[in-house]
Amino acid sequence: MTQGWPQVTQDGREDPPATSEGPRIATEVKPREDTDTATETVFRLDGVHVFYGSFLALRGVNLDIPARQITALIGPSGCGKSTLIRCLNRMNDLILGARVEGKIHYHGQDLYGDDVDPVEVRRRIGMVFQKPNPFPKSIYENIAFGPRVIGMKPASMDELVEESLRRAALWDEVKDKLKQNALALSGGQQQRLCIARAIAVEPDVILMDEPASALDPVSTGRIEDLMEQLKQDYTIVIVTHNMQQAARISDRTAFFNAEPAEGTGDRTGLLVEYDRTDTIFTHPADRRTEDYITGRFG
Amino acid sequence: MNSASSRYAITKEHRGGERAGDRRKARIFQGLMFFSLAIGILTLAVLLIQVFVEGWPRLNMELLTNFPSRRPARSGAQSAIFGTIWLMGIVMATAVPLGFGAAIYLEEYADPKRWYNRLIELNIQNLAAVPSIVYGILGLAFLARGPFGLGRTLLAGGLTLTLLVLPIVIISGREAIRAVPNSIRQAAFALGATKWQTVSRQVLPAAIPGMATGTILGLSRAIGETAPLILLGALTFVTFNPDGLTSQFTALPVQIFNWISRPQEEFKVLAAAAIVVLLVVLLAMNSVAIWLRNRFYQRRW
Repeated sequence: MTQGWPQVTQDGREDPPATSEGPRIATEVKPREDTDTATETVFRLDGVHVFYGSFLALRGVNLDIPARQITALIGPSGCGKSTLIRCLNRMNDLILGARVEGKIHYHGQDLYGDDVDPVEVRRRIGMVFQKPNPFPKSIYENIAFGPRVIGMKPASMDELVEESLRRAALWDEVKDKLKQNALALSGGQQQRLCIARAIAVEPDVILMDEPASALDPVSTGRIEDLMEQLKQDYTIVIVTHNMQQAARISDRTAFFNAEPAEGTGDRTGLLVEYDRTDTIFTHPADRRTEDYITGRFG
Repeated sequence: MNSASSRYAITKEHRGGERAGDRRKARIFQGLMFFSLAIGILTLAVLLIQVFVEGWPRLNMELLTNFPSRRPARSGAQSAIFGTIWLMGIVMATAVPLGFGAAIYLEEYADPKRWYNRLIELNIQNLAAVPSIVYGILGLAFLARGPFGLGRTLLAGGLTLTLLVLPIVIISGREAIRAVPNSIRQAAFALGATKWQTVSRQVLPAAIPGMATGTILGLSRAIGETAPLILLGALTFVTFNPDGLTSQFTALPVQIFNWISRPQEEFKVLAAAAIVVLLVVLLAMNSVAIWLRNRFYQRRW
């Protein structure tokens, strides 16, 4: 696609061209301004293990997620990315048998502390799911539901709905049909509606679990543009299978892998490498990262 | 016409001989299944027509305005009609909240792995199969006599019928709730809704059509039950309308049963006419439930 750099496709396996600089692996990586200095940390994960019953799904994760940036979690299937992201807003609580050990700090507070209200957590840390899941109600009601149940009393609900839809780049398309059923929208529109819905409760963080994987490329592009805008106000953590997407939009990338645990042979997820996106995609430190990114496995 | 290569032949006449047997079999099965349907519908139609034809002479205003009498010409079913309406009212007012409350608890709050919850689940299915006369005995022992001591009143009759239809309402309520996809619950939780907010504002509204159907099923069963009501003393010669929950009563099925048992031919005509009335009341109730179901029907996910 660009200047002799190899294509990194889902199935492609092109060896990097031999150049004097050594293997160049990434394609189309966004140049980053230095965002490392003095950024606030939103999440600090410390030795986090996640169990489903007796099965260890994710092991020993240490990770800091910075504020108002896009952090991408990438890796092959079964490596625990979705598990991890669900721990960040305590959605894993809803799964019977799920257990988190280690510490997750959210702005310094222990996310799993005894006095923490999971409902309040989920209000501040929102989530957009892989398959768009609007409520089977009108577009207006979809957006208004969140603010109503958390007790927000906006001066004007109409304005709140409009603002949320504008921020999700959906207002122009639906402003004449707010009372129409949300399920009549196309897939891409539904997903933007879900983003608008998440924004309406004024969260601090938006978690996205493969938000564009069920969408066509055009819709995907629009959602990616949206995320670029949203990160000015919200911290975004995104799980994605699409490495080009991660390279395009994220500021930091964490690569997870699934490896057999000693003894049992079950594959457990673990964090292999976590760094600035341009580093991960141009000169990753770990061999496994490099293999994944160049498509040698996964 | 023979094409050069029969490998690509797709017309019926070319491949006809080889698949003719399969096609014939398919047609035979289709015919058999239609026949099964036809039997059901025909039986129903014959029943309805016969009842209508037989009861036609007495389908007049007196049926609705008069009370039962020893003289068939002067007999009417007003007390039975009102009794049935009162009973259905009691059943709706008690079975619907109790049944759906139980369904919500079992589906949304109970941990399915606990042994006692599994026991409950199993037994609700069993309860739906218990013969209605057993419910009558239960009602007589506990509600009419025994601890509640309600006597032979509308309340006792209505509550007994409630117990009878409760398993049906619970089971269909659970099906309706279960049919709401989990993605909707997840979406609501992810916004910061509590469990109750999720259930009451997203799950239940989506489950209303199914629940309305469950209500129809329950009421349809209750309206025709005779045995428990006889046991509970739905007196068969009631010449007054019920004036409260503690009133004595009769009901349409009981009155029909009584009239059929009489030797005079005119009473049989009366019985047929009363059956028509019963069907009309049933239809009216079902229409309300169907209207409710359509009103709340949400476009599916």
